[in-house]
Amino acid sequence: MSRQANRGTESKKMSSELFTLTYGALVTQLCRDYENDEDVNKQLDKMGYNIGVRLIEDFLARSNVGRCHDFRETADVIAKVAFKMYLGITPSITNWSPAGDEFSLILENNPLVDFVELPDNHSSLIYSNLLCGVLRGALEMVQMAVEAKFVQDTLKGDGVTEIRMRFIRRIEDNLPAGEE
Amino acid sequence: MADAALFEFLHTEMVAELWAQDPDPGPGVSAGPRGEGGRAAGQKMSLSVLEGMGFRVGQALGERLPRETLAFREELDVLKFLCKDVWAAVFQKQMDSLRTNHQGTYVLQDHSFPLLIRMASGLQYLEEVPKFLAFTCGLLRGTLSTLGIKSLVTASVAALPACKFQVVIQRS
Repeated sequence: MSRQANRGTESKKMSSELFTLTYGALVTQLCRDYENDEDVNKQLDKMGYNIGVRLIEDFLARSNVGRCHDFRETADVIAKVAFKMYLGITPSITNWSPAGDEFSLILENNPLVDFVELPDNHSSLIYSNLLCGVLRGALEMVQMAVEAKFVQDTLKGDGVTEIRMRFIRRIEDNLPAGEE
Repeated sequence: MADAALFEFLHTEMVAELWAQDPDPGPGVSAGPRGEGGRAAGQKMSLSVLEGMGFRVGQALGERLPRETLAFREELDVLKFLCKDVWAAVFQKQMDSLRTNHQGTYVLQDHSFPLLIRMASGLQYLEEVPKFLAFTCGLLRGTLSTLGIKSLVTASVAALPACKFQVVIQRS
């Protein structure tokens, strides 16, 4: 293998690890700043939300997907386009509720948790909670109010990581009073 | 493989945390998370904390380099490696220039630093700039540390998005 090719792969690996390493440093810092895991979880969710509302523009610009007509299409786009684009994985979509307003994303492996172990005194920490905030923020910008939460986590010993997504309601554009 | 844009978004949000509105800590307000009286709830990150985070990330990145890379002949080779390989891996471009006085001080120049590009170019926001550079300074210092070099890294901006990183080697 040429030296050039080796260099290229190393660069790519380093750049992908940059995000996961930085995320790890952030979680570590938040655990120092906040006394309990619940507060860290909330902070991660809030930061994720702020990222999500900006990430959606980047996503729409780069992915060229059109408007989704229902929650099932949304689920497909999230799993097959968004997760693939940003995290290089394609979670599977399962466990649809009968009403079609809830589904699960199953991540066989979660790139955020490479090399991560939860210490014993942080059993309530939802390490990857940023993801839930990102999903919530991004979808809000396309007029969907959703709830996202981790129901299984490999960091806690579960076999897979599972994010449960629940559609709450469509967000109508609010027009100022007096305008039609 | 995490997309490069994710790091940028995360970094921007981390910096924004630093400047989040602190509620005015009036008398009798509850103590901060570490029990320090008078501080608003929710410890805000300081520049040194951002730098410290960058340092740990830089160290970890440095540790993931293949063994052969670590056999540098001299200090200048390490700095060149930083400017080419590390910068390209982290920011998808190489540093634009490297100068040295051959006495342990190096100036690395990036004419178009990716973490500053989204801000206006020129002199607007110059005051805001230090918080956008702290993490990267730490990252450089951390990678150098793994490569066996103790340093002090500072950054300065004359006009966005061009940026200079100054690396001063610390000899004990």
